[in-house]
Amino acid sequence: MRRLLAVAWKELVQLRRDRLTFGMMVGVPLMQLMLFGYAINTDVRHMPTLVFDQDHSAESRDLVTRLENTGFYDVTGYVQDYAAITKAMRGGLAKVAVVVPPEFGKSLREGRAARAQLVVDGSDPQTVASATNTATALAAARSIELTTERMQLSGRTGPSESISIEPTTWYNPELKTAIFVVPGLVGVILTMTMIMFTSMAIVRERERGTLEQLIVSPVGRFELVIGKILPYIAIGYVQMSIILLAGKLIFHVPIRGELGLLYTLASVFIAACLALGLFFSTIAKTQQQAMQMSFFFLLPNILLSGFMFPYEGMPRAAQVLAEVLPLTHFLRIVRGITLKAATFPDVRGELGSLAIILAALVILSSLRFSKKLG
Amino acid sequence: MSAPDGEPVIVADHLSRKFGKLWAVRDVSMRVPRGAIYGVLGPNGAGKSTTIRMLCGILDPTSGKGRVVGYDIASESEKIKQNIGYMTQRFSLYEDMTVEENLKFYASVYGLSGKAKDQRITETIEQAGLVDRKRQLAGTLSGGWKQRVALASSTIHRPPLLFLDEPTAGVDPVSRREFWDQTHRIAGEGTTVLVTTHYMDEAERCHELAFIFRGELLASGTPREIIARRALAVALLEIDAAHTVRAAELIRKLHGVEEVNHFGLVTRVASRGLPDPERAIREALQAAGIALTRYTAASPSVEDAFVSMVREDLAYAAAKREQERSSHKPESHVGPS
Repeated sequence: MRRLLAVAWKELVQLRRDRLTFGMMVGVPLMQLMLFGYAINTDVRHMPTLVFDQDHSAESRDLVTRLENTGFYDVTGYVQDYAAITKAMRGGLAKVAVVVPPEFGKSLREGRAARAQLVVDGSDPQTVASATNTATALAAARSIELTTERMQLSGRTGPSESISIEPTTWYNPELKTAIFVVPGLVGVILTMTMIMFTSMAIVRERERGTLEQLIVSPVGRFELVIGKILPYIAIGYVQMSIILLAGKLIFHVPIRGELGLLYTLASVFIAACLALGLFFSTIAKTQQQAMQMSFFFLLPNILLSGFMFPYEGMPRAAQVLAEVLPLTHFLRIVRGITLKAATFPDVRGELGSLAIILAALVILSSLRFSKKLG
Repeated sequence: MSAPDGEPVIVADHLSRKFGKLWAVRDVSMRVPRGAIYGVLGPNGAGKSTTIRMLCGILDPTSGKGRVVGYDIASESEKIKQNIGYMTQRFSLYEDMTVEENLKFYASVYGLSGKAKDQRITETIEQAGLVDRKRQLAGTLSGGWKQRVALASSTIHRPPLLFLDEPTAGVDPVSRREFWDQTHRIAGEGTTVLVTTHYMDEAERCHELAFIFRGELLASGTPREIIARRALAVALLEIDAAHTVRAAELIRKLHGVEEVNHFGLVTRVASRGLPDPERAIREALQAAGIALTRYTAASPSVEDAFVSMVREDLAYAAAKREQERSSHKPESHVGPS
């Protein structure tokens, strides 16, 4: 323990001397926050959708089938109340819910306007756009069809709009980009700095020859690795706090859930990133290589994790790849807690995935980081 | 400390290490007695560092065994690490930390704490003459000072055994001298020192020596023994300046003469197995009409012995290769073998 602390203390002293690195650690989160404050839109297909059918009529079933046929909505379950929808959305199991009120079918049969509600998870920007646009377009098309049918049958003109779908966006009703982006940015920044700085930390010792000195000393492999990581975990938390605070002050991003829960779960994610950084450092021979590897790894993280493009919109292969990235799971946790007030049971599954990734990385890098040379 | 009294601090038996197809170290055996300054000499790439790394327990030997401070190098390397100091040619200091911080860090790494640690650091700083520089960043020190700090760091825990791997490479002569004084002071406190170098003049400052060349141990013993065993005769000649080059050519042709070197106006001749070098040289020069102003017999140095051994070894290797080549079919060199 004394040696472990000695290594940690040494890292902090060196960090303080390296003003550029220190400046980057504070500056990078702020810069990225400004850069990514405004996002991109694309189509999202196969959104997991819940159905809350209070009508149970042929017409309500027809509406659901038609929605499903668009390819945008995958019905993943039927629920009996709004509470079930809330629960599924917090855990990220559903992005959309169709709520069909009682008498929907009756209204249609009697030629009156029938309304259905579309609940959309607003914590994901592209989901909102795709979900609402598709559903309202479908409703409009179906309305024209029904009107035409009715006219042919009776020769009378009916109401121009027989079916309307009213979108309700949860969690981010004003559809503010910053609200989608800022919580995700916490994960992206942590990934970037944690991986980059840890991978460089070991390689720097190797380049300067001090690693050999440590290898010949009684410092154990565990003491060395954990001692090096410890200060960076603290820095990770500082970065996270900077982003959340700046997000709240500048972009008014709400934090609806338990901050304590978020900070606790973040430790698993931070640890996973650090383990990955260490793994890179066992491969890289120079600091430059370590830097390149970190950047190379960052790209798929930004593209596949759901930070920029929704997971649901990605092809199957990309989704499989995304599941392996720690960021994918952490994004669900951080968005869930900050925007949807998710509680521990809601994010338990994501935590489990993170833990598995962490364990695999720790084993992998310990095996590679040998205290023997050659 | 755990080695029973009388057991050498380092016992190496037939250590060998192979990297890929190359034997970096082959069949090296040595005994280093307690309290000695033991020099391992050899040119760059001879296998000195590989040998040290095996003895520190950070590199496993391909074959052979060894015991260092009483522990087995293959299975008890962690115990060895607690009982040795190690300093490399690169002076592995944290350049962005001060002298004092570096010492503090290594003191903690070697398990010192509390008052004992502070006391030992203060003491080391005083002994190494670093009082005025303790708050200076290690990266801003000159080579000689860095070397001092590195030596202080690697002995902060008073190890019974200290490894110095090319400690004086690239350091100015004055600093080198001071460094050797420090090394003798440390040895005087009871620490056994194993030092590698390719500076031959430093060899004479060691109690015992081992010559490593191309991965193999060519000789070992005290400097005096090694020189005596080689039975070299060295002479200093003063020849008319106009004829020195011609004279050197003639002397080189004499059987048994190994080396002729010019040191300013003096020509230095090392020979082996020549019954009467003075007579042979005088006769050769007289026949060519070159005047020999002065002939002085000198004592051979460790460097002479080493160069002589290396020459023999190279000649032997070349002869062996030649023999192998001629025993192959003549076409064999045409295609890739």
